[in-house]
Amino acid sequence: MDGFFTSLSQHAFLQTAVATALLASIGCGVMGTYVVVKRIAFLAGGIAHSVLGGMGAAVYFGFDPLHGALPAAVAAALLIGWVRLRWRAQEDTLISALWAIGMAVGVLFIAKAPGYQADLMSYLFGNILLVPRESLWLMVALDALLLTMVAAYHRQFLAVVFDEEFARLRGVPVGFFYLLLLVLVAVTVVLLIQVVGLILVLALLTLPAAVAGHYVHSVGRMMLIATLLGAVLSIAGLALSYGPDLPAGPTIILLAGGAYVVSAMIAQALDRRRARLAAARGVR
Amino acid sequence: MSRVIDIRSLNFAYGSVPTLSGIDLTVAEGEFLGIVGPNAGGKSTLLKLILGLLQPQSGTIRVLGRLPHAASRRLGYVPQYPSFPRDFPITVEQVVQLGRLGLDRNGGQGGGRWHTLWPGRMSGVDREAVHRALAEVEAGDIAKRQIGSLSGGQLQRVLLARALVGEPRILILDEPTANIDQRLEGEIFDLLEALNARMTILVVSHDVAFISRYVSRVACINRTLVCHRTEAVDGALIQELYGGDVRIIAHAH
Repeated sequence: MDGFFTSLSQHAFLQTAVATALLASIGCGVMGTYVVVKRIAFLAGGIAHSVLGGMGAAVYFGFDPLHGALPAAVAAALLIGWVRLRWRAQEDTLISALWAIGMAVGVLFIAKAPGYQADLMSYLFGNILLVPRESLWLMVALDALLLTMVAAYHRQFLAVVFDEEFARLRGVPVGFFYLLLLVLVAVTVVLLIQVVGLILVLALLTLPAAVAGHYVHSVGRMMLIATLLGAVLSIAGLALSYGPDLPAGPTIILLAGGAYVVSAMIAQALDRRRARLAAARGVR
Repeated sequence: MSRVIDIRSLNFAYGSVPTLSGIDLTVAEGEFLGIVGPNAGGKSTLLKLILGLLQPQSGTIRVLGRLPHAASRRLGYVPQYPSFPRDFPITVEQVVQLGRLGLDRNGGQGGGRWHTLWPGRMSGVDREAVHRALAEVEAGDIAKRQIGSLSGGQLQRVLLARALVGEPRILILDEPTANIDQRLEGEIFDLLEALNARMTILVVSHDVAFISRYVSRVACINRTLVCHRTEAVDGALIQELYGGDVRIIAHAH
């Protein structure tokens, strides 16, 4: 850990990695909270994995894979959202199919990419140490977009996430805001792919928000706590992995998973204690 | 008296199962209409058609002179089962605030169809309305509580406040007392009776005898509109509706 902080002051790539982690944690906290309370982790997983199709196409045609990831994520979000709104009965089947088809398309493109073979592993599992400095500006822009939209439409989003039927009766265009929400989740997926890769995105999107949900009981506070938690977990994971030269993405995810398990146990113990105290009050 | 709801030769089917056939029903302003009938007789379906949540296969529905979906912001709806998870991280106050969506800045009904596309914050008028609605249903003291911590009766009051806060012209309730005990049932209906002074009320219930003390008219639905009358509900009516012998249990509170 000490070595990490000494190196941090010397190496620009480590500073970029830390900035990447901080920028990604904003998306992870804000949109992760919506994913957790709306219970759409499966949809988010479908969006994340089908992004490989776009990244593969970008590699094949010689673009930066990240530039392929953004349109692919948005397209996947709209397609998956449309499936959910239109064919609710077969939702899970269709989304699993899109999930797998997106990945298959990506693998085929990457296999046939001319010249140098792109490193499939770094798309799947991320490599935060290789994020180029220029990507930070894209991440800043995406974070600004997320925060602006959520600040402007938090009432509409809350209505749609909480109770779609009632939102519809109040004249809220539920389909529009549902799709907008998924597009913002797609943007977040692109942010997080930089940190942990597209396979592990789902954990970073849901676990910090789920831990926050153990202790605070409002959507706004969950967003704040999940953002801070996402930042702490990803920087701690980065620091832990640096010394023994472990891949950073999986280290971050294991740390997040561990934090979730411990937190769930603490939350359960607190609940039991509260119930015991309440029962004791009743007896007296 | 003006008609606030006008339904003509309405037919509706879920898939290939006819649920409502040839319904003609008008509701005048200021009425307190009880809709009764056996389970799966189509009562809730009729409400959802009036609210614009379902589309009829044939027939017309006009609510306040408009198509149902265009009128829904002027209606207050209390569903039978809340369509949200009980463990959602939200307070009573925040739930009721959502009932203010779709109103313009001053709380008027003037906002157009796309009004809710504008970003908006709660105004002082909204906050006052939320406070008033919670006080009206006697839930002011639980405003800061999580919805997950409420009893069935408290939740019912909160759902009623959420419906009232939008200042509806018609209040529509689906089995508002199905999940609460009889004492609370009386309290809720006393409250509805008071509200009837300023709005039309439609209430679905399976408890014919109980609601007949409050409502001004009863419509009985069992796929078709079986009966439609204003006089007191008696054994003959219940027999007509449910078929066979049904005992009336007197509710003495």
